Amino acid sequence: MSFLEIAVEDKRFGGRQVLRDLRLSVRAGEIVSLLGASGCGKSTLLAIVAGLDRDCTARVRLDGRELHGPDAGIGFVFQEPRLFPWLTVADNISFGAGLRNAPAQAVEALLEEVGLPGYGQALPKQLSGGQAQRVAIARGLYTRPRVLLLDEPFSAVDAITRMKLQDLLARVAAERGLSVLLVTHDVDEAVQLSDRVALLERQPGPARAVLPVGLPRPRARGGAGAALLKRQILAHFEVDLAA
Amino acid sequence: MTARVLDLPRAAKRDGAGGLRLPRALLAALLPAVLLAGLEAAVRAGAVPANLMPPPSEVARTIIYLAGQGLAGHAAASTLRVALGFLGGAGAGLLLGATVALHRGARGLLDPSLQALRAIPSLAWVPLLLLWFGIDELPKLVLIGIGAFFPVYTGVTSGFAGVDRKLVEVGLLYRLPPPVLVGRVLLPAALPAILTGLRNGLSLAWMFMVAAELIAASRGLGYLLSDGRETSRADIVLAAIVLLAVLGKLSDMAMLALERRLLAWRDTHPETGART
Repeated sequence: MSFLEIAVEDKRFGGRQVLRDLRLSVRAGEIVSLLGASGCGKSTLLAIVAGLDRDCTARVRLDGRELHGPDAGIGFVFQEPRLFPWLTVADNISFGAGLRNAPAQAVEALLEEVGLPGYGQALPKQLSGGQAQRVAIARGLYTRPRVLLLDEPFSAVDAITRMKLQDLLARVAAERGLSVLLVTHDVDEAVQLSDRVALLERQPGPARAVLPVGLPRPRARGGAGAALLKRQILAHFEVDLAA
Repeated sequence: MTARVLDLPRAAKRDGAGGLRLPRALLAALLPAVLLAGLEAAVRAGAVPANLMPPPSEVARTIIYLAGQGLAGHAAASTLRVALGFLGGAGAGLLLGATVALHRGARGLLDPSLQALRAIPSLAWVPLLLLWFGIDELPKLVLIGIGAFFPVYTGVTSGFAGVDRKLVEVGLLYRLPPPVLVGRVLLPAALPAILTGLRNGLSLAWMFMVAAELIAASRGLGYLLSDGRETSRADIVLAAIVLLAVLGKLSDMAMLALERRLLAWRDTHPETGART
């Protein structure tokens, strides 16, 4: 049963069409990755799902309910942490809760969850890139969304930090039963994290393929199954490489 | 839940381990001290005519003399004019700047006209202000207000215009109502430019105060300047200039302290961050 249903008929920037007749669904508790060439509209698709881009012909349904803009049921982790530099880590995390005093225990519990205990009063300028992205993930989780959108969230961190953050995401999504839509350029990351991988066309149109991953969790890195799936995914893109 | 002592990275030390470093205040005083000593020597040696450029020691004596002749009253009158004119001009700049920045209709209606008015040299308003308001306090305050208005207006509009779209998107994602979005995202993000505008506005307020007092005043440091010129007392002119410099610097330091306090979150390099 689809929990998040996305149907984008038409999205243009100026006269240039970037998305057309793209349909995608995410089941409850499922992680779906979007893979595709740069400029194929992956990030635009996330912005549409988040309700940040409404200048398009599209329909987004969450648990059967049609959305018409940003929704409390959907969290977003951007490519950059996008922390407010004038707010402490704790205030950044609880930003979505409004002006009410955020329960300190809830914030601290989230900081524990993302591996940053004791950082609540730090300012963003005191954090490394990986730490800032952990705070961004905590902010995305604070309002207890049922769907988490991630737009290449680990692309700006080093390889070790990236693996740690991937493990963090997999653990948190499993524990909370989150549905996740992840945009990534990294085939290994898509295979490591996803239940399904959607391959987007370079030209606007329906997804080229949606491949089930089917590997057991927790997943070891570099296993034979993952390598086979990676070859399958890359084979789909060989047409683009040859072009 | 475990609590851990947070060991945050410390800011880089401003001064390196090696090399002889003077305290900043001493370093800043070095150039004026050398210039003043050179001037004193040059005047005493007769290289510079004392009636046109009195030695610093004589200017100091004049300041001490004037202190007993109501100098504090002149300084207070000028400071009060600056304060009132700045409050009015900066207040209007903040209000109109925010309105223009946050409301598309107001921007289309007001900004072109205000930009056109900004192009007029502010001193060109003086004759009109004298015609309208006479030579009393009001034209002086209005002139100072005009001087303070435009830097603040420009700071506010450019500050709001320069807010990072990505931060605004975070606010929109959390469905903040427009007033809350302004208060929690736009205003803090625009604050550096707004404070720079206020600082520039204050600086111009002092300049325009002098212009206003030179035109018509019976009290104030501008009046002292005018009086010194009319009586050929260069020492009085220089004494007034010194006091203007001190008062201007003090007010700028106060504004800088406010800026540092409000913008402590900024990630500026210790050697290049705003501290002058």
